[in-house]
Amino acid sequence: MKIEGKRRIWEEYQKEIADDNYFYVRSCVRQNFFPGSEKTFLRYMAELGKNVFENPSHTTCSGIGYHTDIVPFRTAMTMVARQFALMTEAGYENFVTSCITSFGLYSEILETWNHFPDEEEKTREYLKKATGREFSKPKNMAHASDVTYRLRHEIAARGSVRLVNKETGQPLKVVEHIGCHYSRMFPSKGIGGAEYPYVLAGMIEEWGGEVVDYPERRHCCGFGFRQYLIQANRGYSVAASKKKFESMKPYKPDLILTNCPGCPMFLDRWQYAISEMEGITYGENGQGIPVMTYEELAGLILGYDPWDLGFQVHQVPVEPFLDKIGIPYDTEKKFLDRNGNSMGKPKSPSFLKFY
Amino acid sequence: MENSVIVIGGGIAGITAAATMSGNGLKVTLIERNNKLGGHVSEWSRLFPDRRKASEVIDYLEAGLGETKIISGCSVNGIINHDNSFTVLTDTAGSITAEALLIATGFDLFRAAIKEEYGYGIYNNVITSAEFEEMLDSRAGVLTANGRVPKRIGVIHCVGSRDEKVGNLYCSKVCCVTGVKQAIELKEMYPDSEVYCFYMDLRMFDRHFEELYYEAQQKWGVSFIRGRLSECAENADGSIVVKTEDTLTGKPLKMSVDLLILLVGIVPSPGTGRIAGMLGLKTGEDGFINSVDAHTMDNSSGIPGVFLAGALKGPASVNSVIADARAAAVQAMAWLSTNKTVNA
Repeated sequence: MKIEGKRRIWEEYQKEIADDNYFYVRSCVRQNFFPGSEKTFLRYMAELGKNVFENPSHTTCSGIGYHTDIVPFRTAMTMVARQFALMTEAGYENFVTSCITSFGLYSEILETWNHFPDEEEKTREYLKKATGREFSKPKNMAHASDVTYRLRHEIAARGSVRLVNKETGQPLKVVEHIGCHYSRMFPSKGIGGAEYPYVLAGMIEEWGGEVVDYPERRHCCGFGFRQYLIQANRGYSVAASKKKFESMKPYKPDLILTNCPGCPMFLDRWQYAISEMEGITYGENGQGIPVMTYEELAGLILGYDPWDLGFQVHQVPVEPFLDKIGIPYDTEKKFLDRNGNSMGKPKSPSFLKFY
Repeated sequence: MENSVIVIGGGIAGITAAATMSGNGLKVTLIERNNKLGGHVSEWSRLFPDRRKASEVIDYLEAGLGETKIISGCSVNGIINHDNSFTVLTDTAGSITAEALLIATGFDLFRAAIKEEYGYGIYNNVITSAEFEEMLDSRAGVLTANGRVPKRIGVIHCVGSRDEKVGNLYCSKVCCVTGVKQAIELKEMYPDSEVYCFYMDLRMFDRHFEELYYEAQQKWGVSFIRGRLSECAENADGSIVVKTEDTLTGKPLKMSVDLLILLVGIVPSPGTGRIAGMLGLKTGEDGFINSVDAHTMDNSSGIPGVFLAGALKGPASVNSVIADARAAAVQAMAWLSTNKTVNA
């Protein structure tokens, strides 16, 4: 593999990311899937002196409904217009989304309005009639992983942790998985484009790790909306994830890093499901391959307590990764809530090594 | 200056036109950007369909240049149209004036890296058809990046041609038969290898092409799979994973090959665009130069005294470029010999 070829593409696909004053919209599902991620993003943004504003009355962008043909496009456009109205009313111009599918939908809608101004006018009319609101379009649209990418140097400088095996001194091997809606629809909207995105690879490199490419890197994580949301299709979902695990296993990755709500969910949970179904695990000695969101990893780099990051709810234990990197953790506190009360300990899996 | 012509471009179109006009007594100046003549054909090993050495064709054409004044390693910086004559401003040979211009600035090969999903420039064992030709003539021969004999080779048709995604809707004409030729050459070299051609449809339009296609299948056992490549990836051992759909069986197909050859299409050369801009020549949406009438006046540019030859008007095979260049030369000669009265 010629890394200079990738670097050439990475240089081609760069985009402007606002430096400060962000209007942040959350994901519908991430707080259930990986509850520490969005909280961690807000925490390190504040520590880095960045102003992030949230309005609790923002709603879903309707992306999942749109992509499953439940929500018509004009309805989706009007709901997105309402989010923009909340941003406008708060006096912000830089829109940041937590969710990849939202980012894709916002991008798609802004492009639609760009090419079909009458659709924008109709949307303005619908929003006005329905809510009385008006909106300005964002001056800058970014995904939260873009913002974290922009701040990767500051995070590295502020943190004391490096993605290096403390025993061998070698960089940890990390595979990255990018959400489909990040740049596949609009390559120019993603850092590094669609085929060799750099947004996560840039963080891994900056934080001391080694990015590992593997043949099924581009393959679906297993969510794929219809593969999972339609119950009869769920076999496809597990099969898609399994194909990726089989492909990455020979490269012995220490970590899977993601930037989408669905990808870490399925790459994490299906490792457990496959181990129960077939007795197969993909890490060393019966371990799985830990899966993290970029916020969780940034939190580790910054020295946050692993249990504050929400690793308790990961199906694949992250302890082997923490051990490799030399991050201390208190096993006794893993399943305690913030008030020190027990949250209950899950039953150990049959095959996947549990801590 | 009487009966003088400047030919811009020293590929096979320019050489042929210059040789034809020079042989008929015109004072011809041939300007070529590179240091040697022959254009892309000089970088090719053998030509379809008979596998003749490309160098033999160039040698034959060059031998006819006669009194032609050849200025190589020279770029055109500007052109002044004086109505009855043209002055070409160059970077190394000053200004040259003649009564007529014959433009033969040719084509370029599609830049394979634009098809990012194919991994050219990233995966070591993804090469272009042009690089394959270089390998044929090299001492080492055709080997993988780590110097091994490839056991399984994929040949990808229509790279940068008939592809809306890259903005090239047209067919590059010569890639299909080039793919068949290169597949046969691989089998000749490595009889035990497996060679797979991935195609949309095979356009064997010219004499002996269809026979070559049959020979590839019947004599050499080349496999033809109807399916457009969707993406490539690299295995740990450097082999290339290709994903496509076999559209005849209706099934997705994934396989690994040791070497992947991309049959890169034909695109207008930057030189063609520059000269078109200098003269105000009309180009189509595809970037190639439009002649006055593709049926009856295909060598006429619409500017009196400016004639067109070869692949600057669109993809063309060596045979048809040579024929076209001779036609352009004849038209230029007719124009000059009739005191510039024949339609240009």
